[in-house]
Amino acid sequence: MSIFAEVPQAPPVAVFKLTADFREDTHAQKVNLGVGAYRTDDCLPWVLPVVKKVEKMIVEDNSLNHEYLPILGLPELRSAASKVALGDDSPAIKDGRVGAVQALGGTGALRIGAEFLRRWYNGTNNTATPVYVSAPTWENHNAVFSDAGFKDIRPYHYWDGAKKGLDVTGIMDDLENAPEHSIFVLHACAHNPTGTDPTPDEWKTIAEVMKRRKLFVFFDSAYQGFASGSLDKDAWAIRYFVSEGFELLCAQSFSKNFGLYNERVGNLTVVAQDKDNLARVLSQMEKIVRTTWSNPPSQGARIVAITLNNPDLFIEWKGNVKTMADRVLLMRDQLKAKLIALGTPGTWDHITQQIGMFSFTGLNPKQVQYMIKEKHVYLMASGRINMCGLTSKNIDYVAESIHETVSKVQ
Amino acid sequence: MRQTCNSDGGVGSTENVKARGITIFSIFVDTPTAAPNPETKLLADFKKDTHLSKVYLAGREYLNEEGQTSVSPLIGKIMQQICTDPTLCPEYPSSVGLPEFTRRATELVLGRDCHAIVENRVLGVQTVGCTGAVRLGAELLKHWYNVRGVWCGPVYLSSPCDDSLAGIFEAAGIQDVRRYRYWDTEQRGVCVQKMMEDLEMAPEQSVIVLSASAHCPTGSDLSQKHWRLLTQLMVRCRFFPFFLLPAQGLCHGDFEQDAWPVRLCASLGMELLCAQSFSHSFGLYGERVGHLLCVLKQSSTLLAVQSQAEKQVRALWSRPSVGGARVVATVLSNPAHHVEWQEGVKSMVERGILVRERLREKLRLLGCPGSWDHLIQQGGLYCCTGLNVQQVEFLEKRRHIYLHPNGCLNVSAINSRNLDYVAESIHLALTSVF
Repeated sequence: MSIFAEVPQAPPVAVFKLTADFREDTHAQKVNLGVGAYRTDDCLPWVLPVVKKVEKMIVEDNSLNHEYLPILGLPELRSAASKVALGDDSPAIKDGRVGAVQALGGTGALRIGAEFLRRWYNGTNNTATPVYVSAPTWENHNAVFSDAGFKDIRPYHYWDGAKKGLDVTGIMDDLENAPEHSIFVLHACAHNPTGTDPTPDEWKTIAEVMKRRKLFVFFDSAYQGFASGSLDKDAWAIRYFVSEGFELLCAQSFSKNFGLYNERVGNLTVVAQDKDNLARVLSQMEKIVRTTWSNPPSQGARIVAITLNNPDLFIEWKGNVKTMADRVLLMRDQLKAKLIALGTPGTWDHITQQIGMFSFTGLNPKQVQYMIKEKHVYLMASGRINMCGLTSKNIDYVAESIHETVSKVQ
Repeated sequence: MRQTCNSDGGVGSTENVKARGITIFSIFVDTPTAAPNPETKLLADFKKDTHLSKVYLAGREYLNEEGQTSVSPLIGKIMQQICTDPTLCPEYPSSVGLPEFTRRATELVLGRDCHAIVENRVLGVQTVGCTGAVRLGAELLKHWYNVRGVWCGPVYLSSPCDDSLAGIFEAAGIQDVRRYRYWDTEQRGVCVQKMMEDLEMAPEQSVIVLSASAHCPTGSDLSQKHWRLLTQLMVRCRFFPFFLLPAQGLCHGDFEQDAWPVRLCASLGMELLCAQSFSHSFGLYGERVGHLLCVLKQSSTLLAVQSQAEKQVRALWSRPSVGGARVVATVLSNPAHHVEWQEGVKSMVERGILVRERLREKLRLLGCPGSWDHLIQQGGLYCCTGLNVQQVEFLEKRRHIYLHPNGCLNVSAINSRNLDYVAESIHLALTSVF
């Protein structure tokens, strides 16, 4: 008798199922707006020119070996990545109280951070510390913190469906009422899935409450540069919190802004009060890494490290990132303009107010079903679309489909 | 700067940082320094050592005669090809990794005609190195070994074993980790009888971690006869085997032979896990090319187990990195490349055997006490010399030769330039320290 005989099938991940259904669809005009990766106007994945250049440099460099990276990762990547998040002239970095752990993408960074916090934050092995994730949030946040051992994962108000924007009152209420020392997972920019971020003033208020109530700040930064086209602008919230004296963790992903989805390049930046605390924290994180993947992969890390540390390549990379961000902004403008021109019922300002890869269209589940079944336009049940799935060739069809859907289905 | 205060105070240690008259506690104030990784410390000491003849024999990588890690020209060429291939997509791979890689990795261990493969009851998952494979296997067992309740062990590890193993199972939430006797210092070999005794006492359904070949860190393996006895015991006691195969091909120079125990268990219809690595056999350490093999009894459970494996992976690292796996898949899928690669591995093994023989001969000529036959009986990267802790310390402090505290060393780090010095030093250690 198999010991696995009674293992149940795990529920499918919604976004993967959506892509699978899309693939099987034979309709000529089908559009996939569920995909979570950048696409060019020809609807193809894009290898950044700077990445191609650096890959070639690496392959031709005979002095580079294939040895294990240190457990904490490639030092040049860790420091450069933290600098990108906190700014070149960050006082915290100058004070020597910023460190980092190279990780397998943003997920790996979140997991190492979560494992550390479960073991050493708010007591020892305190699995009862509440962890707050936004409602809605990236669906993997829950799993990462839960598998790291946290037993109490709660939503905090975030999206206001009625006004199609941030539920500021809701956020503030949750912050005021959360038990002290609760952990809050904040999206640094380009909130996934709503594309709606707090304004600088709203961030300031959030920070003030979090400081007063002793709440822990864990940033998830997967889209730096990709959201507005400016690295500094997209890191404003992180830098503000650091300047306000917070100790915090920031999980960074270079999957989207380097297009290195399959090389899993991430970084967990740690901001501590001083060198001594930092050293102790990193020593514990090293122990956690040793029993998870032992040493992180080298290939993608080298590409990112070389790019970030070379002034010319850095500029070239920023240009590539802006190219992606600009295309997304263009699609946003055009989609809104077309919906308005069609006289589509409702307001569509949120399309251009939201930022980053995703947009919460406001379509309800019935309307989403209609879009998929009748129009072969695939989007998430939440009404989330990936702007990168829009191209100059399909945007008219998508706009018309939304128009038809909203007009026919309530 | 104002700072959040840890109102718990900080038991024991208090870090007072006064700024503007405010007492500030870091929220990390109670985080203790982790004990340093013994390997890291040893390497750091070696690096600081200024002695001209210093030798580091405690590394985890295969070194060539020049004392370097290297990849073969074939691998280098394939990496170039992959780099310039316009058809390759930078997209997210699936959580279980590249299908071509998992297929080839599975075939390499089990053999293409293995019944389990033909009957579609084998799951292969690409992982972040061997560590990732062990961790994923541990997580799967933790969650699913006993569907009715949380399974917490016991897991049995050999004594000695890779020093990170226990920690990996503990990190997965399996606290009950025990040892079975394996290496006998007097015999300088595997103490099969004691091993069997210890396992006879293990509770039914225990998970037994076994080295398929080239045991780390001793280099000593069971004979085929003993494997047959062991598998009989495992079937009788309903144990679950979890194999480690980090260096297939590097023990005997024969891929089938190195995987023989795994194939034996599969042929007996057993369920098993097997953690593989391609680091050593491809020289691709940094790329972290690992694989977890899961042989099931019934094909009906495959999809469910796969879905649960994907779920675990999504919360650990989401998906593996593809670079190294692509190289391995390219080699293993191309018959000509495959042969060339196997030849390369064979020559690594031949060099290892040569080093062992020359070391043994040198020790004999020096009149070194004891038998040194175990040097040539062991296989793979590692060798357990049988030196005790004091003798190992002597080697480090007085001769600047660095071994694992348990007396094990990396054979490939010995070469024609340091062989004599190493042999003389071992002789000195044995004759002046007891």
